[in-house]
Amino acid sequence: MSVRYIVQRTAIFVLVIVLAVTVNFAIPRLIPGDPVEQQLAQLSATSSGSMSIDITAMAQAYREKFGLDRPVIEQYFNYWRDILRFEFGYSLSNYPETVSNSISAALPWTLGLVGVSTFISFVIGSLLGGLLAWPRIPRVLRGFIPILMVISAVPYFLLGIILIYTLAIVGRAFPAGGAYTFGSTLRFDLQTIGDILRHAALPATSIIIAGIGSWALSMRGMMISVLGEDYIKLAQAKGLRERRIFLWYGMRNSMLPQLTTLALALGYVVSGAILVEVIFSYPGLGYKLYQAIQTKDYFVVQGIVLMLIIAIGFALYVMDLIYPLIDPRIQYERA
Amino acid sequence: MSDLTLKVDNLHVHFPTPAGVVKAVNGVTFTLRQRERLGLVGESGSGKTTTALALMRLLAPPARIPHGSMILDGVDLLALSEEKMRQARFAEISMVPQGAMNSLNPVMRIRSQFVELFQAHGQFTSSSDIDARIASLLEQVGLNPSVAGMFPHELSGGMKQRVCIAMAVALRPKVIIADEPTSALDVVVQRQVMETLGRVQEALGATVILVGHDMGLMAQFVDRIGVMYAGRLVEVGPVRTIFRTPKHPYTQMLIASIPTLEQKKLFKGIPGVAPSLLNPPSGCPFHVRCDQRLEHCSRIVPDSIALSPDHWVACHLYPKEEHHDQPA
Ligand SMILES: Nc1ncnc2c1ncn2[C@@H]1O[C@H](COP(=O)(O)OP(=O)(O)O)[C@@H](O)[C@H]1O
Ligand SMILES: [Mg+2]
Repeated sequence: MSVRYIVQRTAIFVLVIVLAVTVNFAIPRLIPGDPVEQQLAQLSATSSGSMSIDITAMAQAYREKFGLDRPVIEQYFNYWRDILRFEFGYSLSNYPETVSNSISAALPWTLGLVGVSTFISFVIGSLLGGLLAWPRIPRVLRGFIPILMVISAVPYFLLGIILIYTLAIVGRAFPAGGAYTFGSTLRFDLQTIGDILRHAALPATSIIIAGIGSWALSMRGMMISVLGEDYIKLAQAKGLRERRIFLWYGMRNSMLPQLTTLALALGYVVSGAILVEVIFSYPGLGYKLYQAIQTKDYFVVQGIVLMLIIAIGFALYVMDLIYPLIDPRIQYERA
Repeated sequence: MSDLTLKVDNLHVHFPTPAGVVKAVNGVTFTLRQRERLGLVGESGSGKTTTALALMRLLAPPARIPHGSMILDGVDLLALSEEKMRQARFAEISMVPQGAMNSLNPVMRIRSQFVELFQAHGQFTSSSDIDARIASLLEQVGLNPSVAGMFPHELSGGMKQRVCIAMAVALRPKVIIADEPTSALDVVVQRQVMETLGRVQEALGATVILVGHDMGLMAQFVDRIGVMYAGRLVEVGPVRTIFRTPKHPYTQMLIASIPTLEQKKLFKGIPGVAPSLLNPPSGCPFHVRCDQRLEHCSRIVPDSIALSPDHWVACHLYPKEEHHDQPA
């Protein structure tokens, strides 16, 4: 891989981050009025009058924290310094918890649940889609195609509700919500891990099944077009085994566009699967984001959104770096 | 006869389609001798590619071979199990593909595409041994052995086609089918690639079936020509005979349509269009376009008649009395 290519891609990634941070910095300051007062005023309107003194103290703390009376340039550099230290300020709804604490507490749950399920969904869906496009598969398997289309059209939260109703409420086989049994302490032992897996089972299933349909359909489409390529015919003429042609000619070539989609999907993982997390009361970032939006917890929303932008930028950056390795036709120099 | 390699007898290929059965190959019969080069010509849609694919049993379902036999060195290819046929591909009967540009897997190095070929046929010995074999194969087709480390997109069209030729001879097959192997290449490269194909074929002592419609290329390369029309072989004969004294009216038109410098103003096409293979005309399929049509041509399909032991024609103009027995 040429150094120039890496430098170029890295520069683009850094530029995306700088822009994202700058926009994130600028937007609240472009909104007319003082965002802190606005937020606190709303908070005071919804809570009892006895809290008014605390609110004034909070506003004071915020002004000091953000140095809102300082020149904008200084504020901008301070903002950068805070971000590099992973400090996004305080949560408004859970003051004095910091946004970074709030995010760090939720992130592992989301990465575990949504990240792993997205990946499993991708693997199963792609394999299924590839097989469905293969001409010499048993006829019964083709019956899957319309089923997949229906499944891919069903929103995943609806699937989640169905799963809760059938397997948790009626079936009582799985817990209906949460990430672990309420009140239990988290330790690194088999019992805890089993408990966590049992809680993750239903939300994971709804994410996996909901994703499989679209992964499979797009893979099937790619595979059908790849199967028309001349190299498939030569592979058959060479007397290669069916499995070899399927994996190394069919899947390998159909996979290329899927991987870009996967990178994006993995980037989006940090925003959580909002509706699934809400339905299953799963303490991940999606649930946090939902709560933050509901309580107008401005800084938490801002922190999560910034992280989302960075994560997507990073996923695409990594994709850019590994793409030439998986598709040799991508020219490093011409990038 | 001992020097016979391939004997194709009364081969039929049907493609069931929603509109009906397309009879793409209708009773093709020919034999190939060792080291021989046979050219299959005919306008597009005449069933050349279908015949070639049928020989390797590469026709995708729902295509069917309802009649016929294909005997390669005493083995009936149609009777082989799917696994045995897979093993025969490239080891006994190989092909040089038409689309030189896209016939190699774009994400695999050339070396790996050779290695998988040896592996699929149980001929992978050791890495160093295989590398030496690949190097010598590449040299044989006029390529630098370093090509093995490259990806297809790093090669020109001509180089890719040379790689394909090297693969086609890698397992020392008896028959090599080349279906318009140079149609994607420019004229200069075409010639070089054909020379290469001829050279490796002679070194190997294999038989070649060259499919194409470039009569000039055919004249230079092949020993015998088979003319296909509407899924039938209407005339087979030595290349000189076919060019000098073509017997079938279609062959005559085909030869007359070759442009020459002297008569470039008189460029002659063949009037009419190729017949539908879904509802083929009754009798001789060519009678609709034939300028020497007889009264019974539209009713009776002409049999193949041997005008000399090596020259066969299926046309009512040549009565059955001069019948010679087919060699075989
Ligand atoms: N898979 C298929 N399904 C239906 N018809 C086909 C198929 N492949 C080829 N044919 C038909 O068979 C006939 C012969 O085609 P082909 O062998 O490709 O001719 P050629 O190589 O001489 O141009 C054509 O009429 C074509 O339309
Ligand atoms: Mg063809």
